[in-house]
Amino acid sequence: MTNLKSRFANSFYHIEENRGMVVVQARKEHFLSLMKSLRDDPAFGFDVLMNLTGVDFLGKKETRFEMVYILLSSKTLSRIRVKVALAEDEHALSVIAIWKGANWPEREVYDLMGIYFDGHPLMERLIMPEGYIGHPLRKDFPIQGLGEDYLVESILRPVKNQAAPANQEEPTGNR
Amino acid sequence: MGIERHLGQSFMATSISQVVGWARKYSLWPLPFATACCSIEFMSTMTSDFDIARFGAERPSFSPRQADLMLVLGTITYKMAPVMWKAYQTMAEPKWVICVGACASTGGMFDTYAVLQGIDRVIPVDMYVPGCPPRPEMILDALVKLQQKISKESINDPKYRDRVEYLNNALAPLSEPVANVKG
Repeated sequence: MTNLKSRFANSFYHIEENRGMVVVQARKEHFLSLMKSLRDDPAFGFDVLMNLTGVDFLGKKETRFEMVYILLSSKTLSRIRVKVALAEDEHALSVIAIWKGANWPEREVYDLMGIYFDGHPLMERLIMPEGYIGHPLRKDFPIQGLGEDYLVESILRPVKNQAAPANQEEPTGNR
Repeated sequence: MGIERHLGQSFMATSISQVVGWARKYSLWPLPFATACCSIEFMSTMTSDFDIARFGAERPSFSPRQADLMLVLGTITYKMAPVMWKAYQTMAEPKWVICVGACASTGGMFDTYAVLQGIDRVIPVDMYVPGCPPRPEMILDALVKLQQKISKESINDPKYRDRVEYLNNALAPLSEPVANVKG
């Protein structure tokens, strides 16, 4: 931990120990070089990207989103957590050049949270259907959805004695 | 089907309907459109403990072309709905649909942005089986009730008589209208 503090003094805001893991609140400026050194430097050797997620702090923090990366060193079996704060429309930086396994998790974060990753070869939706509008796991997205009839518009059965589905305006719910 | 066209107008139409209904109801080959937990209940229905084979439905077919009865088992999401619709359209007439479980009937406990709230928004359903998941006996009960429904069907039923009109109106609108479908 002191190693980190001395080597990357200008790459992070602060480092702490939380629940047995070193947590680095990183700056976005030198983020990629920090991650690369965490992987390549023999003193650290975090060669496994265990997980990357996005967190939505709507209303609770000034910067809305936060990317959380958990790295594992397969030699020492120690873990480290790296967090990057992102404003609402700010793009994140893709770590795909460092860990190839970040490909689909970053697409998932884009799909469900709306955080765009610069440097990703295929920044598209992964889980939600094609043409879906909205990012479901944001805190201001209702669990019932915003009305998803447009996804199945061409195959909805016409209901007798009512207007055709294409003409119905359903602002909430998908009933 | 040929029988409606050839013998539908004959004086023996009701007797023929009874024979045809008898044959159809005791040889319902299911297409288990299995997505989630309800499919496990169907798997046990197929085993000897509950034995769907004694009702004639012992040959499950995962090819829609060879199936009469589509059993929708499990949650259908908006992403899966066009796939299920296509599987239904691929089935040959006569065909029936049993909707098994709460998720297929109404969306179940998943009143969310991703789940289709009931498959009857997309395909016509003959039987609904409530439950989460339903017991295998309930699935068999639905099958028996569907068999009773099928035995009462006439071969002059409008859905068989004019397939073009039926496909264009009663089912979901296709991307282009069905022009000239020969039975």
